[in-house]
Amino acid sequence: MAKKAARVVLDGEAIRRALTRITHEILEKNQGTDHLALVGIHTRGVDLSRRLAAKLEEEEGVKIPCGEIDITLYRDDVGRKRTRPEVRGTHIPFSVDDTRIVLVDDVFYTGRTIRAAMDALIDFGRPRSIQLAVLVDRGHRELPIRPDYVGKNLPTARSEHVHVRLSEREGTDEVVIE
Amino acid sequence: MFTQRHFLGIAGLTQEELLFLLDTAESFREISEREVKKVPTLRGKTIINLFYESSTRTRTSFEIAAKRLSADAINITASASSVTKGETLLDTARNLVAMRPAAIVIRHPSSGAPHFLARLVDCPVINAGDGTHEHPTQALLDLLTIRERKGSIAGLTVAIVGDVLHSRVARSNMLALTTLGAQVRLIGPRTLLPAEFRSWGVELHTDLRQGLAGADVVMALRLQRERQARNFFPSTEEYSRRFGISLAALAEAKPDVLIMHPGPMNRGVEIDSTVADGPYSVILDQVTNGVAVRMAILYLLTTQTQEVVEVEPTVRDEAAA
Repeated sequence: MAKKAARVVLDGEAIRRALTRITHEILEKNQGTDHLALVGIHTRGVDLSRRLAAKLEEEEGVKIPCGEIDITLYRDDVGRKRTRPEVRGTHIPFSVDDTRIVLVDDVFYTGRTIRAAMDALIDFGRPRSIQLAVLVDRGHRELPIRPDYVGKNLPTARSEHVHVRLSEREGTDEVVIE
Repeated sequence: MFTQRHFLGIAGLTQEELLFLLDTAESFREISEREVKKVPTLRGKTIINLFYESSTRTRTSFEIAAKRLSADAINITASASSVTKGETLLDTARNLVAMRPAAIVIRHPSSGAPHFLARLVDCPVINAGDGTHEHPTQALLDLLTIRERKGSIAGLTVAIVGDVLHSRVARSNMLALTTLGAQVRLIGPRTLLPAEFRSWGVELHTDLRQGLAGADVVMALRLQRERQARNFFPSTEEYSRRFGISLAALAEAKPDVLIMHPGPMNRGVEIDSTVADGPYSVILDQVTNGVAVRMAILYLLTTQTQEVVEVEPTVRDEAAA
């Protein structure tokens, strides 16, 4: 498989704008911040959920509860892949009962990660609703799951790789396809 | 990373591997604090607990760990099995393997029994205590408890007090603690303090107060009467007077000393109730952490893929026959 040249599809400014738009969409859909909470999926979903929380606070002056979730133990391919994923720990410092939860991840692909994350969340209680925000929807879903908030729809081939780089980890904000 | 097929002992583990195991165990601790204390990871897998020695904590802990990972846990105790009819460990193991478990957890009075088993079966074997040799999951849960309270292991002074000679807990802990950079002191009567341990880089003390001076952590060991073939000290009373952990003796240790005991405790013999139930005791934290450690070990060993695993084909054919 010949590697295509890397192409930047979102730069720092575009990511910032996309997150600002998602912030407004979340507020609009939920009519404010009542019962709202964010849960980021390890690793970059956690970074993105913190950015969204900061923007929501800027906008509404309210601190939104933030949690993080590691889906390793809920994967449907445990023992099937060559590498055994590292378990990174789940931390949800609020009751999920009756909460409107916005799950946050960087890339939406097959939907299997989100399925696992929903299973994990429901083990913590009964949320009023679960919504999904992603920075990039690259298509190829394999389960009947669709994001509520999308930073950018990015049609891809399965052979392509989508890399999300965030300043919290990589020192720069960009989404690259190769 | 941790790529071993079996978990037989602390011996041979690197600092990096030990820290990885502790980090993994730490992420499992949260599951036991949830309302639903269960994750689906090992659904459809069977864990066999094969116990040739009595145990409350370790067996229950492994069973709970397996169940919280959604595995099916089967307990076999030697006293209620075909072992009493004369079946050998090898035959028992082959029959169990033929039932396709994902892992076998074994406790055995003979040192090396898990290692013997590991050579003969084609599933991961976990040592839950073998004779006077090792009890590696106990050492991990002790390290996790210390790290939780003290932040790190390196640089701490840890006093292990009592029947060192017969203690697999002491051996595993000594190895783990020194690998992670702690200073270990062994304290006990000369008859229960093998001089060769000096070569492991630990201090030996026959005076309790001297040994406890400035200690960050004190681990009391159970007096293992069932393994003492002869008399190692004149009387239990004298032993208790000289080596029992009392509040008075603890005055020598650091003011924020941690008190640990692997259980079961002989109250009034190796540890006073005032100490065991006192503010510095983390004995019940050890038990809680035990579940997290065993979940981590079960997870790491049973989710290895077939590509990683090497199986001796002849043994597998035999076991399946």
